[in-house]
Amino acid sequence: MNQLAENYWEEIQEILKRYPPDQKRSAVMPLLFLAQRKKNFVNDQSIREISDILQVSPTDVASIAGFYSLFHQEPGGHYRIQVCTDLPCALRGADGFLKALSEYLSIEVGGTTSDGLFSLEEVKCLAACDHAPMFQLQGKGTIRYHQEQTIETAKTIIEGIRQSASLNMEGELS
Amino acid sequence: MTDYLLLRHRNIEHLDQLDVYLQNGGFSAFKSAITNMQPSDILKVVKESGLRGRGGAGFPTGVKWGFLPNNLWPHYVVANADESEPGTFKDREILEKNPFQFIEGLMLASFAVQAKTAYVYLRGEFWQIANILQNKLAELEQAGFLGDHLFGTEYSLNIYTHLGAGAYICGEETALLESLEGKLGQPRLRPPFPAVAGLYSRPTVINNVETLTNVPLIVQHGAQWFYGFGTEKSPGVKIFSLSGCINNPGNYELPLGTPFRELIFGLGGGVPKGHKIKAIMPAGASSSLVVADKKALDTPMDYESCMQILGTPLGSASVIVIDDSINMANLVNKTTHFFKHESCGKCTPCREGTYWMAKITDRIVRGAATDDDVNLLQAVTSQIEGKCLCALGEFSIMAVQSAILKYRPDFDKLLAERISELETPALKFEQPVV
Repeated sequence: MNQLAENYWEEIQEILKRYPPDQKRSAVMPLLFLAQRKKNFVNDQSIREISDILQVSPTDVASIAGFYSLFHQEPGGHYRIQVCTDLPCALRGADGFLKALSEYLSIEVGGTTSDGLFSLEEVKCLAACDHAPMFQLQGKGTIRYHQEQTIETAKTIIEGIRQSASLNMEGELS
Repeated sequence: MTDYLLLRHRNIEHLDQLDVYLQNGGFSAFKSAITNMQPSDILKVVKESGLRGRGGAGFPTGVKWGFLPNNLWPHYVVANADESEPGTFKDREILEKNPFQFIEGLMLASFAVQAKTAYVYLRGEFWQIANILQNKLAELEQAGFLGDHLFGTEYSLNIYTHLGAGAYICGEETALLESLEGKLGQPRLRPPFPAVAGLYSRPTVINNVETLTNVPLIVQHGAQWFYGFGTEKSPGVKIFSLSGCINNPGNYELPLGTPFRELIFGLGGGVPKGHKIKAIMPAGASSSLVVADKKALDTPMDYESCMQILGTPLGSASVIVIDDSINMANLVNKTTHFFKHESCGKCTPCREGTYWMAKITDRIVRGAATDDDVNLLQAVTSQIEGKCLCALGEFSIMAVQSAILKYRPDFDKLLAERISELETPALKFEQPVV
């Protein structure tokens, strides 16, 4: 049973319509985003399912998932806090901001909080250099920018999510 | 008040709403093009306007369109919205605030080369923008501006968005096409050029978002009008993204040929906290470091002057300002890590070279370098130079080579202060300089 096809049948058909019928492979990235929507990472089963839907080898699908930094093949937080620390952001305090976040969450950069809710990551330029420090929040199939941050504003966002998020018995976000 | 051409939303409120865009002359250029003009007329006016690609290369847009052969179909147009150069954030403002002018430009480009399908390739991080853009495209289809037999003519056009997933290299046009085809974002060997064998091996035009946003105005007002702005060889206005050690960071729309001084000290408000300006990177992290002396500050910001006077391209015009509190060895540690992360891995000199540059600069900033490490760093750059398939490798050495050449004392200072513990954490910019 192809769970991905079953869960997102209509959406997959909409995606496939964007490309010529003989170029289904173009849909591999949109489908990886779909597969990642629920758990914020892509597992081997999803790789095989995408391979099945698009008639592309599982190795090819896995290589795409591995190449692009917004696809994750290992479980992390339900929300990934991705702080840009590239040169223009660093010149405006991004490294110190990342360090403060790491201390506040009590995790190393690259680590995940013990409740599984947040991962903290250092990422490359997000095209928001004039609004640094900033981070993007990748989770629940979305990516949202939070600009002109201080550790205080970031704490408010993090605690807001903590309060509204409830995890079920399997540690899944409901 | 400035009369903006590209950032028109700063003059007109709610320009991102279709009715407001229509009330302000929106889609009149496209409508008159497909009802009263030939595709060759559009090609001609864009060629005559001298519009040059705003993504960085500065290649004449009309000439690029003219390369598509008329015996191989279908043609495709792809808008490059993969804006990822550190220091560049201009396309994001257009896409968010003035999306219809960009879309109209894409529609005119598609009509000019008779493409019936166009794609907007956005970097994956622009997820929110892609969602909004998709709604705008659906709105246009409903209003009869997209779809089959537009305005009762033979011409049909559909536009789709496609999200990347975090890879700087996909801003390189052939890597972008590979990515759009569902493959690794790695550049192709050229020739053949995309104009002949592009998306799905079909003739393809790839244009930057800002480039396309100029097109409706050129079609509306004519080529001569466009020469009213900018210089003879670099006509028009340009959006300059200003960032780094500067009081007023942001996007500034100015005629090409405006001097750096006006951008940095006039509009940008100069360098904060009583510091002095040390260097400029005119084209983001891919730039050489330009010593911010009188000659540099008086240089006109256009494609020719930057190259001739400063010896470095204007690129996408993302001006990063560096003040005298910054040690350039720390700076190149940042840029080399960027390129190490973004190297696609296809060419050995770039893949290995960026890795070694990051490693050596790590040693330098950690105080764990050997006496010879700066020379070694220099030697690694010469192993990358001229040896890679695309420009990424070339870009990765610009800041490094110019830093060693012009700011060697910064490196020597860190070498003099070094300690010999290999595991000391990297020195970073922990104190914000602004």
